[in-house]
Amino acid sequence: MANERQFCTFTLGDQYFGLDVLKVQEIIRVQEMTPVPLAHPVVRGLINLRGQIVTAIDLRRRLDMPDRPSGQLPVNVVVQTDDGAVSLLVDEIGDVMEVSDALFERPPDTLDQKTRAMIRGAYKLPNRLLLALDIEEILNFSAPRE
Amino acid sequence: MNEVIREFLLETHENLAQLDADLIALEKDPTEKQTLARVFRNLHTVKGSAGFLGLAKLQAVAHSAESLLSRLRAGELTFNPPIATSLLKTIDAIRQVLASIESDGGEGTGDYSNLVRDLDYLRETGGLAESPPILARTTVAPIELVSVPPVEPLRLTPAAVVSPANANSVSMVQEPVEPKASAVSDSSIRVDVGLLDKLMTLVGELVLARNQVMQFSTSQEDGAFLGTVQRLNLLTTELQANVMKTRMQPIGNIWSKFPRVVRDLAVACGKQVRIDMEGQETELDKTIIEAIRDPLTHMVRNSVDHGIEPPAKRLERGKLAEGRLSLHAFHEGGKVIIEITDDGGGIDPIRVRDKAIKVKAISPEEAGRMNERELVNLVFLPGFSTTEKVTHFSGRGVGMDVVRTNIERIGGSVELESRPGLGTTVKMKIPLTLAIIPALTVTSGSERYAIPQVSLLELVRLEADQVKQRIESIHGFPVYRLRSNLLPIVYLNKELRIGDCQAAEGEISIVVLQADDRQFGLVVDVIHDTEEIVVKPLQKQLKGVNVFAGATIMGDGRVALILDVLGIAQRANVVTGARVRALTEQSTQANDASSNAKQSLLLFSTRDGGRMAIPLSIVARLEEFPFGSLERTGDQYVVQYRGEILPLLDVARQLSRDSERNAASPLSGDTVQVVVYAGSERQVGLIVGSILDIVEEEIVATTRSSRAGVLHSAVVQGRVAEFLDVEGLVSRAS
Repeated sequence: MANERQFCTFTLGDQYFGLDVLKVQEIIRVQEMTPVPLAHPVVRGLINLRGQIVTAIDLRRRLDMPDRPSGQLPVNVVVQTDDGAVSLLVDEIGDVMEVSDALFERPPDTLDQKTRAMIRGAYKLPNRLLLALDIEEILNFSAPRE
Repeated sequence: MNEVIREFLLETHENLAQLDADLIALEKDPTEKQTLARVFRNLHTVKGSAGFLGLAKLQAVAHSAESLLSRLRAGELTFNPPIATSLLKTIDAIRQVLASIESDGGEGTGDYSNLVRDLDYLRETGGLAESPPILARTTVAPIELVSVPPVEPLRLTPAAVVSPANANSVSMVQEPVEPKASAVSDSSIRVDVGLLDKLMTLVGELVLARNQVMQFSTSQEDGAFLGTVQRLNLLTTELQANVMKTRMQPIGNIWSKFPRVVRDLAVACGKQVRIDMEGQETELDKTIIEAIRDPLTHMVRNSVDHGIEPPAKRLERGKLAEGRLSLHAFHEGGKVIIEITDDGGGIDPIRVRDKAIKVKAISPEEAGRMNERELVNLVFLPGFSTTEKVTHFSGRGVGMDVVRTNIERIGGSVELESRPGLGTTVKMKIPLTLAIIPALTVTSGSERYAIPQVSLLELVRLEADQVKQRIESIHGFPVYRLRSNLLPIVYLNKELRIGDCQAAEGEISIVVLQADDRQFGLVVDVIHDTEEIVVKPLQKQLKGVNVFAGATIMGDGRVALILDVLGIAQRANVVTGARVRALTEQSTQANDASSNAKQSLLLFSTRDGGRMAIPLSIVARLEEFPFGSLERTGDQYVVQYRGEILPLLDVARQLSRDSERNAASPLSGDTVQVVVYAGSERQVGLIVGSILDIVEEEIVATTRSSRAGVLHSAVVQGRVAEFLDVEGLVSRAS
């Protein structure tokens, strides 16, 4: 019997993504955000999470997807990192899902290098694909130097 | 009481407590090797310190006990009750001596020869055979007698209760437990730094909560509530100040070992070095003190090893044989500045440059664009060392880059200034701790930003009708005349690339800031008030954005970014030599572009009021010199400029006819405005009345001029201006 893994799932556009549930600290509704001028465009701002200042990263922008339509409010998926909590902005949150490793497959070579690093692979669910994200890679970008 | 003695008492009291517990544990389980080793170590420490401080009695007692223990440790004797008793008595004796030292500085009158004899006897015999009769002679009685009497007067005499030495002795009177022996150890305790950190974080949160309550209270009218809030405010401030204090230590703590380091190193290199220290009492956060210890030591060693020359060479250069190394610490702009200055040989920028090019740290083109100061600072590049010779103490090719990395890790910066032949100064800027700082909040675009108060000099507000007049421009760079100085103006919204001014029509607010040794004016939309903010570091995703020092949570719960004043200044090129380059580069470009009739011109007035223009392309720089810095050689004014002598030509005087030349008004005023002309061979400074403007115009109507030194006249910006023949003027003057 193959190993089971638990994923916290969410959507971006019509794609279905999952993060290791153990890395996710909490899910919060939209927060007041302070933009950070000159920062990398994927950084949408800073939020106050009960006295802790958390960087909010737009996952759509990080994955080179078009911005979400105006009026649609994102959800914050707060993940734990060595450097404190970081929030990922996603469209809609799904269930916590248990999937078997047997359904896993590496991403095809047609994906570009940058995205391939961030998407570990896909779990072939009966009706759709669950794309497993690599949180370290997602947070691994540096602010632009000028 | 002497600080060293104090430390000794504190430490020994702690050791004794541990010894008590360990001896009892050993009595239960004599085979416990680790405990025995610890007992031995502790006693050894006591003996060592006692010997060092010249406490003969203490040393004798501790020595005997140690000898006994060493046989125990070697397994030649077995731990048994008589031995335990003697060792415990030893500890009592040590306590007694400590109490005496604490009260009158001496070792007291106690006689411990019996105890010593017992210990020695036990060492020889192991204490199992005929020991009992000897043990009976031990010093039990005197010890107990001596330790009890001080308790009595305390309990009975009212005078003792109010004596200053026992200011809070009320509780002592009720619990008469060794009141004297532990006065020092009671007045300080060792606390885990982690606990202090936690405390600091909590106080930070409390400050935030206080700010929120304060903000809420502005909408309330209940007098009692407002009074309570006021009290909460005061208490929080005081609590915060005191918690911060718990973590502060004077920098002298780490400097104190430098005289020795310098002496040893100087002897080893055959040099004579005197070390001066100033500002030892400057306090820094404990963690910061720890973090700068190694970099500082390294810099000091470098100065002695590489900086200061051998005596013979120094005499040759006309210096005193004894080199001077000075350490200076002081507060400036909310940071602590530590300067390490030596009067040695300095650093040769050319050698640094060649080496940097050789190791491919920079390209020759890059090197060509750098000024001396930038070149010297290349020594901070990884793996860089100009000294070919590797010595025992420093110069292994690692070091300066590590120094810089370590200093930057704690939010500081390090810079090197060198005067070849005269010496080197290393300037470290270290943050105090600054978990909570006072800051000015401002709005720019639609967001609020916090500016650390320490960088703040003053605030200027210009009404709409003043703006045009007061904000002038030098080559497109806005400046403001703050009293007699030109203050570069930086627009915060432009630097941050955020939306336009939201302020009331036309009116602007300038925050005058200090960055490094420069001042500049930062234009913001609205200036709010100052408040205490808790600095929270930015996460690594934002580390590269150097215009922000951190973030904070405001009274209303929103996050605001804290501006890094130095970062903004660097971004706007207010600091570093980048501005000079920008000017020359741009003017070259402007010159290329001007071939199709449009020309960039510098408009200025001469001292006698003439309106003149020169092509911007030949202008190297605009300078303002204090009148006092001008010197004369022959009948020419000169000024020391960037390590060279810059000849100055007064345009008004040069243009006047020979007969009138002496009639031209002499130079006067506080400052002189100078246009630095970069000729083909050398630079010349042109003294002008004032800089009017920099314009880009297509020059149409020109008339030949009859005046010597003037090429032609033309209409510039609707008024006639004369075009100065700079080359002619310069060649005529020389």
